[in-house]
Amino acid sequence: MKAAPFAYKRVHSVAEAAVLLQENGEQARVLAGGQTLLATLAMRLSEPALLVDITGIAELKGISVSANRLRIGALVRHVEIERSELIARHAPLLALAAPHVAHAAIRNKGTFGGSLAFADPAAEWPACTLALDGELAMSDGAKVRRVAAKDFFLDLYRTDLQPGELLTAVEFPLPGPDRRFAFSELARRHGDYAIVGLAMAGNVAGGTLDDLRIVYFGIGSTPRRATHAEAALNGTGDSKEAAREAQAVLAQDLTPTGDLTTSAETKLHLAGVLLRRVLASLLSEGGST
Amino acid sequence: MSAKVPVSVTVNGMLCQRYVEPRMHLADFLRESLGLKGTHVGCEHGVCGACTVVVNGEIVRGCLTLAVQADGTEVETIEGKSESGSIRDLQEAFVERNALQCGFCTPGILITADALLQYVPNVSREQIREHLSGNYCRCTGYHAIIDAVEKVAKSRQATAGGGSNNPGSVDNCLTARYIGKGVPRPNARRLVEGRGTYVDDVELPRMAHVVYVRCPHAHARIGAIDASRTLEMAGVLAIVDGRQLTEICHPFVGTLAHLAGMRSPPQHPLAIERACWQGEAVLAVVAESRATAEDAAQVISVTWDVLPAVTSMHTALDPATPVLHPSLGDNLCFHREIATAGTDEAFASADTVVEETYDFGRHTGVTLEPRSVLADFNPSERRLTVYHSHQAPHMMADLYSRLMRLPEADVRVICKDIGGSFGIKVHAYADDFATVALSVLLGRPIKFVADRLESFVSDIHAREHRVKARLALNRDGQILAFDIVDLTGIGAYSMFPRTSAVEGNQVINLCGGPYDHAHYRATLDVVFQNKVPTSQYRGVGHPIACAVTEAIVDLAAARLGMDPLELRKRNVMADDSFPRKGASGIVLEGLSHQKCLAKLEEMVDFPARRREQAELRAKGIYQGLGIAVLIELGSPGAAFYGTGGARIASQDGATVRLDPTGVVHCASGVGEQGQGTETIFAQIVADEVGLPMSQVRILTGDTAATPYGGGTWASRGAGIGGEAVLLASRQLRSNILELASAHLGRQVGQLDLVGGVIRDRTSGATLADLAELGRLAHFRPDQLPQGFQPELVVTRHYSQRDYPFIFTNGVQASYVEVDIETGFVKLLKHWVVEDCGRVLNALLLDEQIRGAVVQGIGGALFEECLYDESGLLRNGSMADYLVPMASEMPDIEVAHVATPTRSSALGAKGAGEAGTAGAPAAVMNAINDALSPFGVRMTSQPFTPEKILRALRSA
Repeated sequence: MKAAPFAYKRVHSVAEAAVLLQENGEQARVLAGGQTLLATLAMRLSEPALLVDITGIAELKGISVSANRLRIGALVRHVEIERSELIARHAPLLALAAPHVAHAAIRNKGTFGGSLAFADPAAEWPACTLALDGELAMSDGAKVRRVAAKDFFLDLYRTDLQPGELLTAVEFPLPGPDRRFAFSELARRHGDYAIVGLAMAGNVAGGTLDDLRIVYFGIGSTPRRATHAEAALNGTGDSKEAAREAQAVLAQDLTPTGDLTTSAETKLHLAGVLLRRVLASLLSEGGST
Repeated sequence: MSAKVPVSVTVNGMLCQRYVEPRMHLADFLRESLGLKGTHVGCEHGVCGACTVVVNGEIVRGCLTLAVQADGTEVETIEGKSESGSIRDLQEAFVERNALQCGFCTPGILITADALLQYVPNVSREQIREHLSGNYCRCTGYHAIIDAVEKVAKSRQATAGGGSNNPGSVDNCLTARYIGKGVPRPNARRLVEGRGTYVDDVELPRMAHVVYVRCPHAHARIGAIDASRTLEMAGVLAIVDGRQLTEICHPFVGTLAHLAGMRSPPQHPLAIERACWQGEAVLAVVAESRATAEDAAQVISVTWDVLPAVTSMHTALDPATPVLHPSLGDNLCFHREIATAGTDEAFASADTVVEETYDFGRHTGVTLEPRSVLADFNPSERRLTVYHSHQAPHMMADLYSRLMRLPEADVRVICKDIGGSFGIKVHAYADDFATVALSVLLGRPIKFVADRLESFVSDIHAREHRVKARLALNRDGQILAFDIVDLTGIGAYSMFPRTSAVEGNQVINLCGGPYDHAHYRATLDVVFQNKVPTSQYRGVGHPIACAVTEAIVDLAAARLGMDPLELRKRNVMADDSFPRKGASGIVLEGLSHQKCLAKLEEMVDFPARRREQAELRAKGIYQGLGIAVLIELGSPGAAFYGTGGARIASQDGATVRLDPTGVVHCASGVGEQGQGTETIFAQIVADEVGLPMSQVRILTGDTAATPYGGGTWASRGAGIGGEAVLLASRQLRSNILELASAHLGRQVGQLDLVGGVIRDRTSGATLADLAELGRLAHFRPDQLPQGFQPELVVTRHYSQRDYPFIFTNGVQASYVEVDIETGFVKLLKHWVVEDCGRVLNALLLDEQIRGAVVQGIGGALFEECLYDESGLLRNGSMADYLVPMASEMPDIEVAHVATPTRSSALGAKGAGEAGTAGAPAAVMNAINDALSPFGVRMTSQPFTPEKILRALRSA
């Protein structure tokens, strides 16, 4: 189907975008990469009167490192993350996840910020951002507000972004030498949204796990941090028993909802399988399974 | 409509400035504003990849990029890439390897592959599969595409960027025999350059677009319709309901007389009073553009009085279930029983009886080019021309003529390039008739191109069956009897004109088909339900019959403690036992099950695989090997469908003519949808007349210019159409030799025609060529002997009179690994041995087989139309209905055994469907083999991780 009619405005500054968004309220939608939005519009599931194209705002672009922070501009595209040396060095979890994000042609347009702002619970970036303890910067054109990832994802497709606000960048703490990352997801076809996925970060020093962040996606209305499982594993080493225990307490962390073909019960089971596998990968050297 | 804005885009190096609506996506901009029709629109929601183009050096989805966003960018399309020659090596490799069929996905795939090779020159097969996993191809099964890309990757590496641009060597040898050679398709060249002509590419003066308002409920009475808000919308031309169209188009009934007792009520082009499935068209909205028509459709309000729906086929015949069509009294469309004498006794006295129930999910075909019709009724002459993406143009011309009350002579159906069909496009859909009726009503061309979302609820579905099977055997493994009970739900109406009973009918005809057993009983119930109608789709009934047969044979092998391969060897009909009948009554001309099994054993090292399997099991890795023996019916006999009262030709014709330049033209009623029909016809003409293929031209897909024929279905193209081409070519050769004889004053017996040249049979001396003879016959008949009239146009027809069907046979094997923790199935390898008679062109044939196998795998692992309890489709988009993509598909090894049919001189049998018939069974048996240590068996397709895990939990 064709999208319903809308007006289109390309802006070149956050302030300009903010004015339009504030003036038009719910009638306006932000257009970044458009890889989700335009499909939604083509199905006439949403009919905004105005699309505000922010891809011309230079300050939302680029990946940089300053002091102890890695900054990813909201307009950084998936493909840039996939190929960035800065990302590979400072946020390897994102590099591990990038090939799982849809397909090459989508990754060339879709943006990091767009994915976070859309907050699809089955998407990779929200979970990774939570696992990396990212901080999201938002601007209404006048003032910048920062929110930790754990406070940003509120519900299904709902975030802490306020009307008239634009997500501008995400900042991540630079990992210490012991920090390792692992990632995996179960999708029936490569590039599809996962049935269940898992992004994991943790310190491994002298064979002992510490400061784990275990974040699931595709399993509820937002990315879910499995704190009980983390607690069961922190301080342990390569222990089958600890892994089993962590798996056993997952039910306290996750309340999955079923999808078209996978029941909640199966999702919880698969979350447990992923936990063991991704943990093993983290303990070996990190990577994707 | 919103205000148009200016955009300026450099497309293929040329600056293009246009005013566009902001909502227009880049693919539409390229196609509609710039006329660049090589970028195809397959889904418009970013999944299929057909619209992939390059923007500022990077591939993007044309449908997920707005034209306004492309302002100021540089865009490159398949047209630009073709003209610059930058991907010529890929294009050549695709043609040479036959890595495309219908060509609809091809421009997107070529552009995507080129992007990969630019970034990752040293690329692995797995990387190619992964990179192309966002591009859907329904035809090829991906294997050949991966081969072609891999080859170019290597050659670009070798030549450091400048690949070999050698064109193919189709025609270098003048004396070549073409039949039996892997000749690439000449018509593939235009498709790799994006120069195909699909219906949506055709634009006519005053053409308008129709969008159908479809019922959003499974069953509803159509109440008040308020279209007042469309009155002021610019560009809206007409809103038409079902009653208005009754003035123009008769109702139609999808029954066949030879299916005794079958019933279905009359159907109208647009539903009147009540709609019987979610997706039934109720109202037509005609506008100057598709977008405007959609805008108007959206503001029309229809009051739907929702009625109780029949959703589950299992309860459709229960007295408590509402009756969908009250005039019929109950929900039964068709019932049939087959029983040989002594079946009960065979079961009673058998040493072993196994029993199992199998479920099959509903599928749909998902042709990448949606169903498309462009109807052009010219009121001044009362002549109708319909551009149609269809497999049976003469059938449609007949139906349009009779339903619209137009003389058939004044109806012309033209099928240019078809973007995949698979049976989806062999039916006459209500919206086809509505579109044509609207053109008659409005006196202007009307285009209907189904949107992908409406395709899911208006293209036929297929294969929703539950089959209870029992098998009786002796303790030594001899099969004694099959007992089959099939229930199938066919939706709201039996499809017109081929009906929805044929699939079930074939299931009960074909179960047990490869095996030598005396006793058979089968019962079939075909029931109505408030869902999309089902009907013939690639393999028609075979994937079900084969899965049931082969699964229960495996179950019996396990029960008897026998090797499944051994059990099959003991029971297949012996190669020397033909012709013969099968227990269900089917007549089989000549099959080669034993040879095919022997060939499979050469290809698959069964003992080695079994050893590997045992070793891996010990490590907790569960691999499985599954076998499926199959038969596939093709080349239907002279009675089909005419005996049932449908005017669908069983015969097909071919006209060949020598033109004044020495070129032979061949026109056939069988068309091309990418299988390679036209290439095979050219091979036959070249060999049988005696000239190079470069001097042969083929015309198909135009009822005004081709002999009357049935078209492409039931794997009849080569077997029926090819035989007509052969007969006509032989006669033309004879006529040409007579002309040469008259001209040269020599006996015909002294002359030979080889490579387009008349030679002395003894000395081999060149005496004349075809151009010389063509010139003489056309312009200087005065130089020919008095009384001699050359006849250089010959038409021959062929109908297969010896058997109800000519059967193909084969065997497949699948090797899989089941992750018992996740329920995921990884396809490791697939093998096919097929006997489709004389192999005309293995290059094309093998890709038919591979594509068909992958379509079968789709059903086994991924595809299912999921309905909720109220009869609404829950996964009607390409994001949610999972078709097989490149990443998950295995490499497929193909081999042949050739037992030519004796019913024709050509000897070819059907080849297009056996892959789909056998693959689900082979995969099913492989999964069950892998799971055998757990004592569970999977019997419900598709085999999702959920189902596998559930089974394992219950173990």
